[in-house]
Amino acid sequence: MATEFHNLQEMQHCASLVTKVFIQRDYSEGTVCRFQTKFPSELNIRIERTLLEETVKTLNSYYMEAEKIGGQSYMEGCLACATAYIVFLCMETRYEKVLKKISGYIQEQNEKIYAPRGLLLTDPVERGMRVLEVSIFEDQGSAGSSPSSTLSSDSSAR
Amino acid sequence: MKSCDSQQTDLQAVPTPAPIPPPHAASRGPRGARRKWEVFPGKNRFYCGGRIMAAQQSGVLPLTLGLILVTTGLFFIFDCPFLVKHLSSCVPAVGAVLFVFVFITLLQTSFSDPGILPRATPEEAADVERQIDSSGDSSYGPPPRTREVVINQQVVKLKYCFTCKMFRPPRTSHCSLCDNCVERFDHHCPWVGNCVGKRNYRFFYTFIVSLSFLTSFIFSCVSTHLAMRAQDGRGLVSALQESPGSAVELVICFFSVWSILGLSGFHTYLVASNLTTNEDIKGSWSGKSGDVASNPFSHRNVFVNCGSVLCTPLPPSLIDRRGFLPEEEEPAQTCCTDVQLPASANNTQRKVCSQGRKGLLESAAPSPLQSTSCPQGEPQTVPPGPRRPSPADSEPTRQASNGCRAQHSAGSQGNASSARHSHHKSRMKKHKEAALSISNPTSHGPVAPTCPDSVPTSRGTSSTQA
Repeated sequence: MATEFHNLQEMQHCASLVTKVFIQRDYSEGTVCRFQTKFPSELNIRIERTLLEETVKTLNSYYMEAEKIGGQSYMEGCLACATAYIVFLCMETRYEKVLKKISGYIQEQNEKIYAPRGLLLTDPVERGMRVLEVSIFEDQGSAGSSPSSTLSSDSSAR
Repeated sequence: MKSCDSQQTDLQAVPTPAPIPPPHAASRGPRGARRKWEVFPGKNRFYCGGRIMAAQQSGVLPLTLGLILVTTGLFFIFDCPFLVKHLSSCVPAVGAVLFVFVFITLLQTSFSDPGILPRATPEEAADVERQIDSSGDSSYGPPPRTREVVINQQVVKLKYCFTCKMFRPPRTSHCSLCDNCVERFDHHCPWVGNCVGKRNYRFFYTFIVSLSFLTSFIFSCVSTHLAMRAQDGRGLVSALQESPGSAVELVICFFSVWSILGLSGFHTYLVASNLTTNEDIKGSWSGKSGDVASNPFSHRNVFVNCGSVLCTPLPPSLIDRRGFLPEEEEPAQTCCTDVQLPASANNTQRKVCSQGRKGLLESAAPSPLQSTSCPQGEPQTVPPGPRRPSPADSEPTRQASNGCRAQHSAGSQGNASSARHSHHKSRMKKHKEAALSISNPTSHGPVAPTCPDSVPTSRGTSSTQA
């Protein structure tokens, strides 16, 4: 698929933001962090459904790993309690480690999949873990198209 | 957002990529950018560059600290020498360990972010409003400002918070004292001067349990000390005269040990059933027709419940107090501002670029972040604790309150809560004055004993609405 944006930087230099689409949290399994895999209709012409679903599913699995209760988390909890939780000031918690992994994953996805399609994922942690924000960009003029490009003209240019 | 759209139109009307020098970005480079705590919309004060949070009023936290320090100090001065000589030398050691536990967990409870949810960005708020408007057409289904979600075969209603402009996640409540939505909101405790929520509940629980151990320990040591002195034939009065500090400790401990033990017992029950004080008081999970209470979040196993409340990995702070604000805050910014940044492909640049774009749209509409001025308070009043390198840290945050009176007057719970409120008020007074007639805490059922808990307004339609 021919694309105008080859990397994030090119996109940000030449593109203007059209709109943002928000993928909301899925609370059907309680307060654990999960995002809905429902595909937003605004992204229909931008990206294949399976790609976005794959990204969301991977993110959900990362969050599940971060919040998993098991033998290790019990041990960490007991150790932390025994030290009056001072370890939290000295050590990086498991959650933070996973968040770093997630941030790297989102960066990689943006570079490989979303930027070439004029999209940008925002790490949910920057939005208070409420939403997964997908920004839709328009090519502003590097290809000589009119500044007031609409979605249809953009897709036809592709 | 209309201004946002008009902004977009202006941008696209400009013949392409001539970079328009932004009027305000030059005044604030990446290094001179303001931090997010400076524009935090909640009612908090920040010290030490955002590492420490406090509420607008200091509340009762100094009293709590004072009582603990005074009692423990008197214990070490008056009782320990005698008991070391006559009983055992591990008495001061045990006392010291307990005191350290109590003090550290108290500070962590008071100065941690309880799990504040940052407010929705303007685009998110607009998106939610659109969804509400579109769903409000049908006459069936839940009212527009609520959403229903099924958790563990139980319908849970999510309410819309008018202040934070989002649908609150389950178990989240808006504290009107702090003007923040807090995840897994338990209660706002004036004694620790902070909300107790998802991130600091384990600190709070450890604090009250270790405080009950400390109080009981000091009480029993003082009683032993005075009994041993009195046994020498001189009587209790002379024993008290020889050790006046013990008398003070005895009084303080006698009146606080019951309340604190009761509070610990109550919270142990809450932990074992994976409930919050807020849910317990409101009876969120008890059936309307007298069914057995079914908490959809309970794992039906006491140990798993305890583990899931106390032993889950500590979630990060979502408000990112020390993070930098995006550079473009004023509406008159263009996206071509990003061109001014050096064109080297590195992560920081991309992040700033993307944040700049977001900042453009965030600032295009009147942002709640800019409209509130967060009173910054005096710096360096509290020595900073050891700093974590990552922004998502659990730095001390201290939010005191004015007591539950104002809180309840703002609440919309009706007669039941006002009855509870007066009950809370009377309990707080009794505890403060060390009155004699403290009722048995265990008889209170869902009411949180001793800790004058403020039941927050869970509705957005409270006095916090603009």
